[in-house]
Amino acid sequence: MRPIATTRAATGIATGKLAVWWVLASEVVIFGGLLASYVMFRLGHPEWADAAALTNTKIGAFNTFVLLTSSLTAVLAHQAAERGNGRLAARYLYMTIGGAVTFIGVKTYEWWYEISHGYTITSNGFWSFYYSAAGLHAFHVIAGAAIMAVVARDAARNLELHRVELIGIYWHFVDIVWIFLFPLLYIAK
Amino acid sequence: MAEPAVAVMAHHEEEDHGHHGPGGWLKYLWSTDHKVIAMQYMFTGMFMALIGGFMAYVFRMQLAFPGINVPGFGMVSPGEYNALVTNHGTLMIFWVAMPVLLAAFGNYLIPLMVGADDMVFPKINRLSFQIFFLSTIVILASLVVEGGGFAGAWTAYPPLSANETYNLTPLGSTLWVVGVGLEFVAFLLGGINFITTLMNSRAPGMRAFDVPIVVWMIVVASILFMLSVGPLLAGAIMLIFDQTLGTGFFDPATGGDPILWQHLFWFFGHPEVYVVLLPAIGVVAEIITTFARKKLFGYRIVIFTIVATGVLSFFVWAHHQFIAGIDPRMANIFTITTLLISVPIAEMCFVYIATLYGGSIRLTTPMLWALAFIAEFLIGGVTGIFLGAAGADIYFHDTYFVLAHFHYTFFPIAIIGTFAAFTYWFPKMFGKMMDERLGKWHFWLTIIPFNFIFIPLFVLGMGGQHRRIYNYAHFPELAIPWFQNMRIVATVSLLVMLAAQLIFFYNCYKSWRRGRKAPMNPWKANSLEWTTQSPPPHGNWRPDELPVVYRGPYEYSVPDRDDDYWPQNEPDSRGSR
Repeated sequence: MRPIATTRAATGIATGKLAVWWVLASEVVIFGGLLASYVMFRLGHPEWADAAALTNTKIGAFNTFVLLTSSLTAVLAHQAAERGNGRLAARYLYMTIGGAVTFIGVKTYEWWYEISHGYTITSNGFWSFYYSAAGLHAFHVIAGAAIMAVVARDAARNLELHRVELIGIYWHFVDIVWIFLFPLLYIAK
Repeated sequence: MAEPAVAVMAHHEEEDHGHHGPGGWLKYLWSTDHKVIAMQYMFTGMFMALIGGFMAYVFRMQLAFPGINVPGFGMVSPGEYNALVTNHGTLMIFWVAMPVLLAAFGNYLIPLMVGADDMVFPKINRLSFQIFFLSTIVILASLVVEGGGFAGAWTAYPPLSANETYNLTPLGSTLWVVGVGLEFVAFLLGGINFITTLMNSRAPGMRAFDVPIVVWMIVVASILFMLSVGPLLAGAIMLIFDQTLGTGFFDPATGGDPILWQHLFWFFGHPEVYVVLLPAIGVVAEIITTFARKKLFGYRIVIFTIVATGVLSFFVWAHHQFIAGIDPRMANIFTITTLLISVPIAEMCFVYIATLYGGSIRLTTPMLWALAFIAEFLIGGVTGIFLGAAGADIYFHDTYFVLAHFHYTFFPIAIIGTFAAFTYWFPKMFGKMMDERLGKWHFWLTIIPFNFIFIPLFVLGMGGQHRRIYNYAHFPELAIPWFQNMRIVATVSLLVMLAAQLIFFYNCYKSWRRGRKAPMNPWKANSLEWTTQSPPPHGNWRPDELPVVYRGPYEYSVPDRDDDYWPQNEPDSRGSR
């Protein structure tokens, strides 16, 4: 049984949604600190461009496309949930999870390729940031997909439909982090 | 101590509500009641305080009597000395000040003071404590693993912390970072709970400016923590990679930048000072209004002041790095912001003095602690001005002056603030009144030795005595007999102060077993936690009796009223709201 406290909404915003936004606020500063460190380093080390030139922009662009598309299906899931169609919402959520699986699969191939060519996390500062930042992001993708699977399972039975929006907000955040990572790690040669 | 009483109460009430979970101790361990979780945080924090205090005892003995066989520990080697001072700092800040002031009192007070039956996310609250407990185990384990505990100071500056060939504690230093990181995660979860509970779960009728100051303070502190800890969490991941994988984020030998860590650390580390200060200042506001029987002077001013402090606290961090080779023009900017931040804090001291002025003051034990907080913190704040100014700091940096200043801020926060809060809310938490006579003995035997520990250290610092020195006899130009005598004074005072804590524990035990039963509102205070039984049952109030709020929390000595207090939930006869 939920406490009465959980059902109150003095701000007019549902408690769950409020909490998700605060989670994102804390995540923004985590990634913000990491990326700010990277940018400061990169400005002081122009030679890192040589390492950055070795990243595969095409694969990165493909993954960006996959992740953006998965955000679209997350929105469609929210729309379906708003209309009370839990089965459709769940289907869209499963498509979003499919996007996450594709993203991680492509990333695995990419890393395997780079590591087998000798570019590991200890090769130089660029590669340290490359693996750390993308790894932290990939961890968020996996965690988000796992939570989404739970939400989708409930949504398919028309339970806890408000959670579809909450996981959607989180998913857009994961997407936005990648929008920052992609140019910083792949495009800036 | 009294947690079984709370657990029994929770147990009893849950049965009433028809809950069926695991029974007995298991029920206590898996309780989602905010009061039980608060007790878990508090007793874990107090246990860690004993360990941290013991560490202080060992290294102060070594400083006063170099090479002595410290009773209860033995000879202190230089490596052990460094590990002791490092972990004394780490434990006292992350495992004592934060869990007790922020987590324990935040958990206990927020739902009660905003008139809610629990936190908005009780299970996340429980998860927060469980992660915290895990972090406690990790940090304690780091002390006893092969190679010993981490010994690179609580600030963990690289390259010393980043490379095991420098620090010689391969396991200890990694476990240290992991423990601190887990602890951050625990407080992030707890903080989200605190913030959303205050924002969304206030009692009907409670507007933003009807919220007691201490709740405001804890929530603002949680926001500061949340917004400052992220970069350090990222930094902790980078540091772990440096330690275990051999990446080169921070170690210059592999192309890293040690100053980067200092920025990440202090970007968190300075707001962190305010994260623990604000709850203590809030506790003091509650106590002095209750025992001066007077309205808080400038309630809204205080709220705006906290926000100003919070914003400014993000722009002062580099004052810890004046001698780290930062640009002097940068140092000027950070000097200005640092001196600016003393304005809102001084303002808060004035607000409290103005509140006391003309009040009908009752010198109960919690009031003594609250007044001592203002007096002692003032010394800490004023000496901070010297360190905030780059010119003076270059001379004072890494001397005992810094250490004494730091302890004149953190001791009032973490120890005096905690005792103030603990003695004030003890009747509510355990349903018994504390013994006032023992309480006052404990107060004076803590406060007087405290000043005798740290005033000599100010003098040592002004004399140029460096910190982080294991044995001053090894450095002829530092080994001055008069200074050594000062160290002995400090150490003996510490022994007296530590011994005085036995009075506190005896008082807790005696009051809990044989104390006078506490009424619902022993101090005749206004805020909502005093409108339920002592201790409050699971759910705090009966579901149909949750309070409704009609006014702010500081309506004391209102003219034309028979009582000199006016509880927040008492309906207004004129029905103004």
